[in-house]
Amino acid sequence: MIAELGQFAIIMALLAAIAQSILPLIGAERLDSRLMAFGSQASLIQLLFVFLAFGCLTQAYIVSDFTLVNVAENSHSTKPLLYKISGVWGNHEGSMLLWILILAVFGAAVAAFGRNLPVTLKARVLAVQAMIGVGFLTFLIFTSNPFARLLLPPENGRDLNPLLQDPGLAFHPPMLYVGYVGFSVAFSFAIAALIEGKVDAAWARWVRPWTLTAWTFLTGGIALGSWWAYYELGWGGWWFWDPVENVSFMPWLMGTALLHSAIVVEKRNSLKVWTILLAILTFSLSLIGTFIVRSGLLTSVHSFAVNPERGIFILFLLAIAIGGSLTLFAFRAPSLKAGGIFSPISREGGLLLNNLLLSTACATVFLGTLYPLFMEALGGGRVSIGPPFYNNTFVPVMVPLLLLVCVGPLLPWKRADLIGVLGRLKYAGLATILAILLAWYVTEGGPLLAILGLGIAAWMLLGTLSEWADKIKLFRAPLSTSWQRMIKLPGSTWGMTLAHSGLAIAVAGMISTSAWKVEDVAVLKPGETISVAGTDYRFDGVRELVGPNYQAVEGTFTVSQNGEFMAVLKPEKRLYNVQKMPTTEAAIYSTFVGDYYAVIGDQVEDGGWTVRIYREPMVTWIWFGCTLMVLAGLLSLADRRLRVGAPAGKRKQEKREQKSQRNAAA
Amino acid sequence: MTRKSRRMYVLVVAIALLASATALVLTALDDNITYFYSPSDLKTKQVTVGRALRLGGLVEDGTFEKLDGGLKVKFSITDGAETVAVTYEGILPDLFREGQGVITEGSLNEKGEFVAHEVLAKHDENYMPAEVIEALKASGEWRGDEEQITE
Repeated sequence: MIAELGQFAIIMALLAAIAQSILPLIGAERLDSRLMAFGSQASLIQLLFVFLAFGCLTQAYIVSDFTLVNVAENSHSTKPLLYKISGVWGNHEGSMLLWILILAVFGAAVAAFGRNLPVTLKARVLAVQAMIGVGFLTFLIFTSNPFARLLLPPENGRDLNPLLQDPGLAFHPPMLYVGYVGFSVAFSFAIAALIEGKVDAAWARWVRPWTLTAWTFLTGGIALGSWWAYYELGWGGWWFWDPVENVSFMPWLMGTALLHSAIVVEKRNSLKVWTILLAILTFSLSLIGTFIVRSGLLTSVHSFAVNPERGIFILFLLAIAIGGSLTLFAFRAPSLKAGGIFSPISREGGLLLNNLLLSTACATVFLGTLYPLFMEALGGGRVSIGPPFYNNTFVPVMVPLLLLVCVGPLLPWKRADLIGVLGRLKYAGLATILAILLAWYVTEGGPLLAILGLGIAAWMLLGTLSEWADKIKLFRAPLSTSWQRMIKLPGSTWGMTLAHSGLAIAVAGMISTSAWKVEDVAVLKPGETISVAGTDYRFDGVRELVGPNYQAVEGTFTVSQNGEFMAVLKPEKRLYNVQKMPTTEAAIYSTFVGDYYAVIGDQVEDGGWTVRIYREPMVTWIWFGCTLMVLAGLLSLADRRLRVGAPAGKRKQEKREQKSQRNAAA
Repeated sequence: MTRKSRRMYVLVVAIALLASATALVLTALDDNITYFYSPSDLKTKQVTVGRALRLGGLVEDGTFEKLDGGLKVKFSITDGAETVAVTYEGILPDLFREGQGVITEGSLNEKGEFVAHEVLAKHDENYMPAEVIEALKASGEWRGDEEQITE
């Protein structure tokens, strides 16, 4: 019964979306306010039905209703509740439904928070948003129905892939999806602006918070996925340049560019056409990301099934969405009026350079990811492209960008004096040289490139901090003045400082762990000790464990340095009961300067066990830096100036009314 | 600074970037492409000793053995028509076992043995690497889609 209700709900949602994608457009054309207002109502109705459908599917998972194909194939009655719920999106159909739910939430949020958007713009935005919804709902209903029934329900389900039964991965897809789908709002705004033929500073102000929301979640989602890969796969790596990682990284790169170019539109009314194009490209890459992963074109843990019918549908949807929007862009973009003029050395110029570098970096990733597909399509044989390709293309493009991260914010708008700006960074420069020497000393003259890389990270951090100190006149004015200035800094300024610092910290972590990672594999008998990078790991033996839905062998290592006890590590090797699938659970002792990472493998004949030990210097800095970036996004979002039409705007309006009343009374 | 000269500046920077990126990509592609070979390909095509490549197929039943105390392993990869001996040192992936599809990355040595530095068995029990499916199909050893791709 519940499943039929869900089925009914997605069909109703589709009908609402179809109406929402047509009527408000006509309304905006004819200036019919009733038809335009219908967009907001329809988006709420759509959300309600999609939410109902999602609730129905979740319910089916919680009660383990194996009459549903989807539940039977991806769940099991003994699975812990958290993973029953996360199992809802741990498969193709459910993840599509989650996608649609988030899309509907964003649509309804535009309707709810966009109260002081111009009515025609709002109607058009909602219509475009609904068109995306129509595409996805059709796809769901006709090729990927999550509510399909089984004639002969099995006694129990086939369980969720054990690798996905992990708290980190339970929340990775929803966060990533909020990121992907969040860019749909920027896309809808861009298309609506093209239809209207008008882009102005106000438009950029409306777009920015949505882009920022999407970017913040995407950052969090990617970081969470990388963290999961680090501790769950047991290879001690945090990024593999795997196609599925790349497809989430590309919208992030473009989204970052969009975030920066929207500032120029907002502040200087310039770079409008470029910003529109970026909004289209960012969401297109999100779509490609979702679909490439789901279509099975690129195989990995993420690709759930290969189904030609779906593949064709997907290509069709991509062609309409991307081809259609780019065609519209080609026709309408020339009619957008160009904005303010600026010199190459200026804040605008800096942001433009940031955009060019990010787009180029994204293009290299795009090529590397899709090249094997092109090769195969052209009959060039099967090839794969690994990390060295990206190290030789992506990294060199990023270096100038990273070097300029702390210079850009110091440049004034319109025209800047580069020498003067660099002069303001002289202390940061001196401190960077000291940091390089320190890194040289600590690593005993380790690889030169890595030390210079750490120098870049230090420069970014110190330059960003010195710009912040400059802003609050630290040490140049009494401390109380600095304090006053500091607490008056707007949220978005804090966001910038924090995001750039976070990036610097993450880069430092990436470089250190790539350059100075130590790895050793050995066969150990209980009581034996292995020494890796100056740390002793004593293998104390193994014991058997029984978990809720798995059995495991747990090894124990006592970690010590120079005879001094540090930690006990207990890596596991699990065998999940239902899928008979073994997984590796690494044991990690994290410290500020690095991680001590142990994995246990198989038993060999004479009572020894294969073990793998990693020493990962500063690896946690990566996720700490990402956390700072996420916080930065949230802080900027809290900035009132950005929240046009949000509750703060209403309050301001009330204040204004009060003021005018007071004036009237006086 | 006029609109025209700004556009010129942007264009020059964009073209310079694009050109250097293209150069980077082309050189990187040249050095870092790894071709996929099936055991049959490896026997029929000329392959330079030491050149990095990927070899995929099924781990042949009864060929897996541990050498020197267990860290070094030896097994054969087959596509039904041809078989290649592979050596590997390290911990094998969780899902590695005889009869399963695997992809290994490494190079041929002078003895015609494949020395792998990476062994990939996929994350999922039902999963068969697409490259392996193709290779098996090419050698006529592929048995039915419904068996592997359980949808």
